Amino acid sequence: MTMILDKDRQTALTSRFSEKARAVSAFVTEVASFDEALAYTVDLCGKQGACRIRISGCEEHLSPPADALCELKQEKIVAAPGLDPVLYDRLLAHCAANGFSCIKSGMRSYLSGIDIGFTVADLAIAETGTLVINCPGEELRLATMLSEYHVCVVHRSTIVEDAFAADQHMLKYLRKTPDYTAFITGASRTADIERVLALGVHGPLELHILLLED
Amino acid sequence: MQDAKNLKEYRKEMQESLDNTFLRKALDTFAVTYRASRARAFAEFDVDQLVADVAEAKDAVLPRLHELFLEFKKNAEAAGVKVHFAKDADEANALIVDIARQTGSKKIIKSKSMTAEETLLNHALEDHGLEVTETDLGEWIIQLRHEGPSHMVMPAIHLSRYQVGDLFTDVTGAKQEPDIEKLVKVARRELRSKFVEADMGITGANFAIADTGTIGLVTNEGNARLVTTLPPVHVALMGIDKLVPSLTDALKILKVLPRNATGQNITSYVTWITGANECLSATNKKKDIHFIVLDNGRLEMAKDPLFSQVFRCVRCGACANVCPVYRLVGGHKMGHIYIGAIGLILTYFFHGPEKAKNIVQNCINCEACKDICAGGIDLPRLIKQVHVRIQDKEGHPLPSLLLGQVMKNRKLFHTLLRTAKWAQKPVAGNDGFMRHLPMMFFKEHDFKALPTVAEKPFRDRFTELRQDVKNPRLRVGLFSGCVQDFVYPEQMEAAFQLFADSNVAMTFPMAQSCCGLPLQMMGEAKTSRDVAMQNVRAFEKENVDYIITLCASCASHLKHNYPVLLADDPKILEKTLAFTAKVMDFSSFAHDILGLKEQDFAGDGKPATFHSPCHLCRGLGVHDAPRDLIKAAGLDYREADESEVCCGFGGTFSAKFPELSEAHLNKKLDNVEKTGAEVLLTDCPGCVMQLKGGLKKRGSKIVVQHTAEALAARRKKGN
Repeated sequence: MTMILDKDRQTALTSRFSEKARAVSAFVTEVASFDEALAYTVDLCGKQGACRIRISGCEEHLSPPADALCELKQEKIVAAPGLDPVLYDRLLAHCAANGFSCIKSGMRSYLSGIDIGFTVADLAIAETGTLVINCPGEELRLATMLSEYHVCVVHRSTIVEDAFAADQHMLKYLRKTPDYTAFITGASRTADIERVLALGVHGPLELHILLLED
Repeated sequence: MQDAKNLKEYRKEMQESLDNTFLRKALDTFAVTYRASRARAFAEFDVDQLVADVAEAKDAVLPRLHELFLEFKKNAEAAGVKVHFAKDADEANALIVDIARQTGSKKIIKSKSMTAEETLLNHALEDHGLEVTETDLGEWIIQLRHEGPSHMVMPAIHLSRYQVGDLFTDVTGAKQEPDIEKLVKVARRELRSKFVEADMGITGANFAIADTGTIGLVTNEGNARLVTTLPPVHVALMGIDKLVPSLTDALKILKVLPRNATGQNITSYVTWITGANECLSATNKKKDIHFIVLDNGRLEMAKDPLFSQVFRCVRCGACANVCPVYRLVGGHKMGHIYIGAIGLILTYFFHGPEKAKNIVQNCINCEACKDICAGGIDLPRLIKQVHVRIQDKEGHPLPSLLLGQVMKNRKLFHTLLRTAKWAQKPVAGNDGFMRHLPMMFFKEHDFKALPTVAEKPFRDRFTELRQDVKNPRLRVGLFSGCVQDFVYPEQMEAAFQLFADSNVAMTFPMAQSCCGLPLQMMGEAKTSRDVAMQNVRAFEKENVDYIITLCASCASHLKHNYPVLLADDPKILEKTLAFTAKVMDFSSFAHDILGLKEQDFAGDGKPATFHSPCHLCRGLGVHDAPRDLIKAAGLDYREADESEVCCGFGGTFSAKFPELSEAHLNKKLDNVEKTGAEVLLTDCPGCVMQLKGGLKKRGSKIVVQHTAEALAARRKKGN
């Protein structure tokens, strides 16, 4: 009985999480396995056209220094720092087969930007459609900041009701110093010009969430 | 940044804002859409409870402030952060300049910080030859324009895409189109190149958590994450008011802050930083982090029994979002650096009385800010109190002093009002309006026709009114307020008839005077208290169940401000509380107590609308009673857009800032006319004066009445 209740509760949380995340323009997709998540990412990069040599904004008229930075990026890049080594190798193989670069470190060589940052959330918050990513390591942090598209896997079992329900997990991160923990909800956004919403001002243009059955 | 030397100069500056059509339109749209998105964001929650949680959490900080600072410092330092305390802006800026010097930093990137705006940090850094770049889009725009923010959350809300396009054309040296999507992309690339070469990053902080030594940053663009990650040095500047005991407290604030600020459930990013994180470009692979905790007037505020509640402010900016004055003039005129209602108060504490003295008078006292505040701060009261403090220190202006002197003496005040009736004879028309304004009024008052003083005040008529109430179901004391007593006695008579028909016995204590609100508005605290005392005494011996006033402003002032004004003596306070417990506004009494229903009226189906006085809907929390009564009376009720937004009267506000009062009124009347109503009803004689005067000037046929008049005229006799 408890098992069923738990399952119902988790289903309700998952659907609330998806609804709230979609409301802030995140793309939410259910995947049956990690391989499916990897396939989704490679497909997004390739067939869906997310990966481009020329990074967004570089087509505009820019100042010489900004223009020069654009020239730094000469390949299609997927970054997955902090990913489990076995899974990383599978992603690497996928990328190689499609002619994309795949990296797990050295993010500072790509400050101009990368195409896709691939991550796994530590927790997710249903009330606001939020991802919680514990990222004291700089490489992982940068992958979620410098990517044009952020793809994040969420294990269904890690979805909690609200931020207060994440309190104890959060404290574990905060007490293991030094720490850097991020709440990420939707893509980077601004409404600073005439209050018109524009996505992708400094961070990712799009956030893709892959819901994984445990 | 508002910097006018005197009120005259300030009014001139505001006229410029009123003439800025882009600004007016942008802020109008924002005012309407903000309310809708905020309502959506809070739909699933009990807002009052969430606000109470924030207030409680923040209030609990006050007595522990020093202890929490030490705890925060200890925990942050244990995790490798250097924590500094700065007593004022100069000290904070000097510390940051010094950190830059010691670390050899030349190029600095910043994410948005109101505290850094407060200390004018950029100027200090630039004076020392450092290159500073704001990376929040709005902040970058205003930095390039050498301006201050015009909103705490949306600093460039006063600018159009065309202005930004021109600005970016200058920055890039290439022509930019006025296309927002493209302009944002240009900023993305231009600022990315600044991130890459920066030596030091500066942020503010929304939370400083004592328990863990963590800071929390609430942002949307993602720039704060880059600012705190890429350069090897990070400095976070925060007011000491950002301290909270625990993560849970921070989460309580986080639940309200974005919802109240922009109607978002949460911002795109919330960043929690604890200790010296990994930084691969630093020599020891560790980031050099400094937290600077700023006093700058905050500790004085924390000790103040009244102003300590300012610590509840979470800088969401909502008080500007709903302020009708902000909506007209924008943030550069409605604040020095901090903007909106809270800005008027913070300016006094952070930047001194000289910067606060003009702007603090620009509050219409509509209470919209108090109603929306994330921390439940009584903003209008604090604004008035700042005004009082400035006047008490720097001297009271003559009109304010005279008003105080006159009002202190009820007989003198009433004699003056009675003589005004004679003084106005040569200019009074026979339609109840003054034909031409007497010399004593300013010419700017021409936007509305002013009423004449009535032939006979209500206090003289009362004794002649026949009360045919045999076995009264209730006994009521009438409190008329000056306007109904001397200008609109017919409104009081209407209520009198309506109540008498409902078997209510009435008294009118002759010793009652002005409620004292105008004195409060003028910053005359002492006389305001004297008058309050006088009114409590006037009703003391009356054996009544209720004290009814037809003026929402009087009602709200009597009920909420008297217990504060008369709090110093326990005996008097007891009498005052007995008095205020009986005070009720007209509509609530007619609806909730008398229970007037459809069968009591013979309606005529006339289209009618209602203007909700600020002190009725927000001051007293009354929303449905007058509308239900209007429907019950058989009128064809039509809700007007923004029916709960101020009409622009604001008592003495309309005399001080006639241009603003006129702009409020025009908006209000446009919304009223759109409904097609023939009758405009309201529950406050001040609003009646404003609305009637405005419609008369427009040559409109719409009849303005107090709700009591419309009900009395349709009341079936002999029920």
